[in-house]
Formats: sequence, structure tokens, C-alpha cells
Amino acid sequence: MTTLLQRKRKRVDDLAGGRSLTQEALRRLRRDPVALTGAAIVGLFVLVAVFAPLIAPYEATQSFPQLQQDLRPGSIPGPQEGFLLGSDQLGRDFFSRLVLASQQTLLVGVLATLIGLVVGMVIGTLAGAFGGWVDTLLMRVTDVLLAIPSLLLAISVAALFASPSQTSVIIAVSIVGVPIFARLLRGSMLAQRDSDHVVAATALGVRRPAVVLRHMLPNAIGPVVVQATLTLATSILDAAALSFLGLGDADPGRAEWGLMLAQAQALLEVRPALALYPAAAIIVIALGFTLLGESLREALDPKGSR
Amino acid sequence: MTTSLQKTPGGASTGEPLLSVRDLTVAFTRRGEPDSVAVDGVSFDVAPGQIVGLVGESGCGKSVTSMAITRLLPARGVRVTGSAMMDGVDLLTLPEAEMRERRGRDLSMVFQDPLSSLNPVIPVGLQVTEVLTRHRGMKKEAARAEAADLLDRVGIPDPRRRLDSYPHQLSGGMRQRALIAIALACRPRLLIADEPTTALDVTIQAQILELLKDMVRDTGAALVMITHDLGVVAGLCETVNVLYGGRIVERAQRHRLFATPRHPYTNGLLGSIPRLDSPAGEDLVAIPGSVADNLPWASACAFAPRCPRAVGVCRTTTPEAETSGGRLLRCHNPVPATAE
Ligand SMILES: Nc1ncnc2c1ncn2[C@@H]1O[C@H](COP(=O)(O)OP(=O)(O)O)[C@@H](O)[C@H]1O
Ligand code: SF4
Ligand SMILES: [Mg+2]
Repeated sequence: MTTLLQRKRKRVDDLAGGRSLTQEALRRLRRDPVALTGAAIVGLFVLVAVFAPLIAPYEATQSFPQLQQDLRPGSIPGPQEGFLLGSDQLGRDFFSRLVLASQQTLLVGVLATLIGLVVGMVIGTLAGAFGGWVDTLLMRVTDVLLAIPSLLLAISVAALFASPSQTSVIIAVSIVGVPIFARLLRGSMLAQRDSDHVVAATALGVRRPAVVLRHMLPNAIGPVVVQATLTLATSILDAAALSFLGLGDADPGRAEWGLMLAQAQALLEVRPALALYPAAAIIVIALGFTLLGESLREALDPKGSR
Repeated sequence: MTTSLQKTPGGASTGEPLLSVRDLTVAFTRRGEPDSVAVDGVSFDVAPGQIVGLVGESGCGKSVTSMAITRLLPARGVRVTGSAMMDGVDLLTLPEAEMRERRGRDLSMVFQDPLSSLNPVIPVGLQVTEVLTRHRGMKKEAARAEAADLLDRVGIPDPRRRLDSYPHQLSGGMRQRALIAIALACRPRLLIADEPTTALDVTIQAQILELLKDMVRDTGAALVMITHDLGVVAGLCETVNVLYGGRIVERAQRHRLFATPRHPYTNGLLGSIPRLDSPAGEDLVAIPGSVADNLPWASACAFAPRCPRAVGVCRTTTPEAETSGGRLLRCHNPVPATAE
């Protein structure tokens, strides 16, 4: 005997027609408070970054005489009319700089992660699909990269450039992600290679490139997507660290949280807010990506599905 | 009965066999360990359109046999010798690229687990059209129409809409139907089905067997039916090969094998056919012991430790395969041929 509810549910399932496992995972995500928190933080951050020029009342480099006249050793003007968070150490609007800096963070974080993702995926796909000496060679290289602490790796690469720039930061940070993505994808590609449906596709005579790209890669990519979200967090932290260490963008006027933090270091006792807000921004956004990444991992885990 | 194919009443084909396997031996090699021989000199023929059974307990080498013939075993750590002739060429020595042309077109496989045999992230329809575009050079639209037709022919209701379903949205039986449709989409002349019903509900099993029978009859394909269950073979196969420890221990026409099993192992298997009326989960193994007890074929009968008819010579001398009256038998002390 079928209850009304069962019949209704069946009808809903039927109507759903083609609904992939990914879509089901997304459905689960929408009910997960951790995922929602992460998504809210990330969403807010992206919104702020995209609309930063509209939100920030002033330019990042604009300095104001009325703020500068109150600047003296041991005192930096605090919040006042027209300047929501007061002045920075050079008489610029701190709020505007804080908001505009989000653009740098988003740009560097996303680009560095994407580059690392693409390069890592190419390496991981080649290694996992072909095995043999290709695999051995590529994995030796990634092992070496993985053996170096990530920040140290980023610093070493950044230091290779004659003059630090935004590009050098992006490249340095992206290299940290490459071996992680490569290893991860290689592992899941290897698992796919022996999986039933790949053997079945091979048994049907499907061509090798199609087996790799259509049957192996899409099934192997879940963990990589999760990792990309988590890597966004570490990329943001690494990029901030590079700036903090003076290996970032040389343009002194450009607002960037890591650099702001470095410059505020000497002023901790004068106006702790100058260090506190950029630090909090970095941490909260890294946390947002981490929460989102972790809940993605859970949602995509086949063991988690009913 | 198939009419379009030449066959003598005994089921033995006149003319050339479609597939001729000779001395197939598969050894798994691992450094620092002795080779483990999974398939040991297996020979059998499959005539065009014929249904042949390959039966034996789990681990006796059925899957390895089929994977060796279709060349789906891992490239490394495996040594395959012998031959598998089809269309005048040895599949075992064919270049990989040519083998890829033949797979799915000349010979196909259906596997045990229908869920894991389908790609979970691709709609079922695409998995059908993939082989059609691959081997029959069909264009997208034509392939889609043909795919719907194929799903219809294997008894999947509402096939047009099912093309867009993902594997996890189909029931186990429907998935296996879809896999049969895919395997037969290019009308291969040989289908190897490796335990195609084992993962399914008992009630569905009979339907799938019926479907397989119909489909191979309609398309004229020969079928190698691999199963651990003589009950599956009973209503299906013309010739049955009984495999034990990687060797064929008995082969006969199905009705003769069932009426008068001569090999003690076959006899034991016949005593353990599960019936629809037996309680679920009941252990039906009538043969004591397990394959772990096997003796090496090189100097004995592997089955001797488990054999109720074992005699002294069984533990010291390899029983050779002997053929008489269309029956192959590998036993020192076979069950007497009473009713033959
Ligand atoms: N990849 C492998 N490596 C080593 N041994 C294997 C491998 N695949 C199968 N075997 C062994 O070969 C024997 C036959 O296995 P298989 O053909 O799968 O049995 P079944 O008759 O149940 O299909 C088993 O003893 C199994 O352990
Ligand atoms: S050879 Fe001996 S041990 Fe082997 S099956 Fe025959 S009687 Fe049994
Ligand atoms: Mg098997």
C-alpha cells in the first residue's frame, strides 16, 4: 500500500527527470547552516569587492588636510564626520582603503587559485590517466614541492622576481596550490581508472581521450572543487603574508590588507584599529572559504548521501 | 530456437566457431612472490549465435577469463598466454587501437553491478549514444532516436524521457536493461555477460535473463553467460563449461550435464542450486570447504580436499581432460554414467 505522501514523493522524483548527483549535493548544502554561514561571508565579500568603488566614499590614495593636521606622533584621528573609521597614518580615509583593499584580495586570491588549479589539474590528469613513468616523474616533482612549507615556497618564488609586483604575488601563491591539486586529482583519477564504469566504457571501445575526459575527469573532480574553495582561503592568507613581508605589490598607494597590517604594526599602541580591521577581514574571509569548502566536501561525499 | 544460424541439433556448430579460446592462461605476477595462476589452460569454442555457460564458484577464474579475452586486465602484473581467435585474428595479440575498434562493435560485455557500470555523472541516453556515434558513425539526433528505440526494445518504459535520467534515478533492473541495450547497440556478434543478474533482486533476475535471451536471439549475437549459479544456466545455455580452480573440469550439452553430471564438482553444484522457494539468506553451499583448500593442479586434482569421491591418485596425479561422446571430463573417479 502506498501512502499519499509516498505517491506524492514519487511524483516529485519523476518530475525531477534528470537530476544529477551534484544537484542533489547542492540541495543538501542549502540546508546546512555551516555552508550557509560560509556562503554568506563569501557572498558578502564578493559583493563588497565588486562594488567597492561605489561603497568607498574616497579614493585609496586621497589624503585629507583636515585629517593630516591632526596627525602627530602618538595620535591618529579617529572616526569623525565624513570619515567612518577615521584616518590612517597618512591622513587617508581608513574606511575607503579597507573597502577598496577587498578588490586586491579577491583578484589575487581567485587568480592564484585558478592558475594553480589549471596547472595542477593538467599534471594530475596526465599522471593519473597514463601512469607509468609519466606518473612517476610528475609525482616526484610534486613531492618536492609539497615537502616545502607552503609560505616558504611562496616566499622563495616571490623572491625570484627582480621587483615585487601583483603578478609576482599571484605566481608565487599559485605555485603553492599546484602540487596539492595535482596530487589530489591524480589520486582520484587512479581510483577512476580501475572503477567499474571506466572498465565498462573501455569494454565498449570508447576512445582513450573520451574515457579520460568524459568518464574519468568529471568523476574525479569533486575533491578538487572542494580543495579549490579551501585553497582560496590559504591563497588569500599567503598573499597577505607576502605583502606583510614586503614581497607584495610595490605600489605604495594601493590598498592591500597585508600591507596595511604591516604598516600598522608600529602604530599598534596609537591606533590598534589600523591593524585590527585588516587582520579581521583577512581572517573572516579565509574562514568563510574554509567553512564553505568543508561543507562542500561533506555534501559531495557519497557516504554522506542518505 | 534460432533459425537463421546453422546449427546441428546437438548445438555444436557446423562451420567455423565465432570465438575459439585455446590454452588461455592468466597469471598474476608480483615481485617477490610466486606467480598466482588464475586461469590455467582454458579452451572452449563459441559458435555464432550460440549460448555458452561458464560456471563455477566465486574465485574460480570466470571474470579473469572474460577480461583476458576482452583484454581488460591491467597492463602490468599480468601474464596472459594462449589464444582467442575471432574472425581469424587472435584478440590476445591485436594492437590496442584495433582492439578498441572491436570492443563494443564485434564483442561486448555486460557486468555484474549495473549501478557502478554506468557513469554516474552522465545521463543514460548519452551513454547509449556514445557507442552509436563511436562505432556506427551516427549523428547526434539520429543516435538519440536510435537510443530511445533501443531503450524501448529492452523494455524501459517512457524511453524518450529516460534518456535524460541519471543512472541513480533508475531501478537496478532498469539499469541492467540499459546496460544490455548499450552492449547490444552496435549489434556485436559476441556478448559476454559476467554475472549479469547477481546484483539484482530474485524477482528481477528472471526478467533480465529472459531479456538477454530475447535480445541475443533478435540480434543473432552469441552469448557467453558467466555465472556461479547453475540455476541461471538451466534455462539458457546450450553448452556449459564448469570451471574449477582456473581449469575446465567438465563440459557438456546442458541437458546432459544436468541429467547426468559426471564430475563430482558439477554434481555438488547441482545439489546447491538455489530455488525460489528456499528461505532468503540460507546458505546453499552443498560442497564443503572452500577454494582456499585447493591443491596445485600441477601435481594433483585441485578439488581433491573437498571431493567426496577422492581416491589416492587424486592427490598425486593431475587428472587430464578427456573427451568422449561430446563431453569433456577431468576426473580420476567420475560419478558413474548411470542414466546416459
Ligand atoms: N587483479 C588481480 N590480481 C591478483 N589476483 C587476481 C586479480 N583479479 C583476480 N585475481 C584472482 O584470480 C582468481 C579468479 O578471480 P575471478 O576471475 O574474479 O573469479 P570469479 O570466477 O569469481 O569471477 C581469484 O583467485 C582472484 O583472487
Ligand atoms: S579427480 Fe579425484 S578429487 Fe578430483 S574430482 Fe575427480 S575424484 Fe574428485
Ligand atoms: Mg567474477
